[in-house]
Amino acid sequence: MPKKKVVLNFPPHLIDQPVTYKLITDHGLVVNILRARITPNEWGRMVVELSGNGGQLEEGLNFLAEIGVGVEPLAKEVKWLEERCVQCTACIAPCPTHALGVDRSNMTVSFDRELCIACELCLNSCAYRAIEMSFE
Amino acid sequence: MGKTIQEINEKIRQGKAVVCTADEIIGVVKEKGLKQAATLVDVVTTGTFGPMCSSGAYFNLGHSKPRIKMGGGKVTINDVQTYAGFAAVDLFIGATAISEDDPRNKVFPGKFSYGGGHVIEDLVAGKDVRLTVTAYGTDCYPRRALDTWVRLTDMNEAVLFNMRNAYQNYNVAVNLSDRVIYTYMGVLQPRMRNANYCTAGQLSPLLNDPLYRTVGVGTRIFLGGGEGYVVGHGTQHNPGVQRTKRGLPKVPAGTLSLTGDLKNMSPRWLRGASFVGYGVTMTVGVGLPIPILDEEILHFAAVSDEDLVAPVVDYSKAYPHCQPEILGEVTVAQLKSGEIMVDGKKVITAGLSSYAQAREIALTLKKRIEAGTFLLTEPVASLPTPESGYAFKPLKERPWEPPTEVSDD
Repeated sequence: MPKKKVVLNFPPHLIDQPVTYKLITDHGLVVNILRARITPNEWGRMVVELSGNGGQLEEGLNFLAEIGVGVEPLAKEVKWLEERCVQCTACIAPCPTHALGVDRSNMTVSFDRELCIACELCLNSCAYRAIEMSFE
Repeated sequence: MGKTIQEINEKIRQGKAVVCTADEIIGVVKEKGLKQAATLVDVVTTGTFGPMCSSGAYFNLGHSKPRIKMGGGKVTINDVQTYAGFAAVDLFIGATAISEDDPRNKVFPGKFSYGGGHVIEDLVAGKDVRLTVTAYGTDCYPRRALDTWVRLTDMNEAVLFNMRNAYQNYNVAVNLSDRVIYTYMGVLQPRMRNANYCTAGQLSPLLNDPLYRTVGVGTRIFLGGGEGYVVGHGTQHNPGVQRTKRGLPKVPAGTLSLTGDLKNMSPRWLRGASFVGYGVTMTVGVGLPIPILDEEILHFAAVSDEDLVAPVVDYSKAYPHCQPEILGEVTVAQLKSGEIMVDGKKVITAGLSSYAQAREIALTLKKRIEAGTFLLTEPVASLPTPESGYAFKPLKERPWEPPTEVSDD
């Protein structure tokens, strides 16, 4: 089943709409909510992993675009700036999904976008601001 | 038998010196044995790249027209506070200095996004920085204010001067409390959910010369990408601590004071660092060459991560309250594996000192020596040894009391 990890940006007028429900019932998608922040009268933000068969995934994404939910790939919002990283490995312990990993043979750090759920736990652990997340 | 530093330097000049990094030498000694390896190898290079708060730099900025006396006034660089209590245009900036306007921990935990370490990094990167001065004015230094861009190349002297670097061994920090704590050892999760360590282990300068047999006053080193020198023992030097059979300290012990021309250094090896909830510091690259004068020196330099032990310390209570208890001892090899056992509990580890970049420093120093561009120096004095009785003391607090009023009667 094709999967896609995306960031959904909800304009304020859609906050009270059951958008996720429609993705599941009308479009048959499996919606795995990784993170969500919804505040009345403000833009809402949800990190989800969507999966669906055949054209379901594309249909679901079209539905979101039609109603005005912004869809961004997660990869675009999370950046590991390798040139700023000093390979200290301080970010490894807090990362719950092992998106930030270390090669124990030479103690170098790597980042696997596919595993990142944008939980932000690494941000406070990095003294060199080598991880950037842009939201909103 | 033994070699002298002059003999090694002669080989370096001829391009014949055999140099190994402190991690390469472990295998060489295993393979060839101590005796043969000591004859073969001339120099072992070490390296470390970690946050070192007692670092800073001094500058002579040149005189403005008309002249201004910064001493006794207020001087900032990129809004970061500096110390100007010297002659007219000499200035010192410390790695942990921040702006007067930085919110610090008022909204906890504070971000500490810019400070002295970042100023030094920006200067060595060749960037323009903003210098502002307010002074009181004198007959000979009449000017009272200055607000100008300056850069490293336009300064007269620009010198890195670090009171304490390259700690010989360091604590492993954990948090036994119920809340997240923000320390200079990073963010520590409650109930010992992580352990942060800070050592270059088998690459670490002073762990490869644990009894200070070769390092001393005047030793030439790799510093911040350029060259520097050992000024002497650093602050908090504490050589007399408990040691293993191999002479390796079981807790933080020796330190080095270092200096070098900032104009030769690189922003890759002097990095401003922001520890959330704690403050700003600078991550410094240091590499010490160890001349292999005899078998004993080589034996020490062949130390491996399995030989090195570090104490596990609770940073929620024991550290802040200066209590001596440690929760256990772990080896650097265990720390680097990604998890340690403390009190029967498995704890995830993460480093603050970069092993990968320490290795690059040791390799860079090796290449400089092989290329004949880096010669070794004879130390002009030794550092206080474990037998010297030199020790690090706590503050003896004698609280000030207001003077009692004396009656006139």
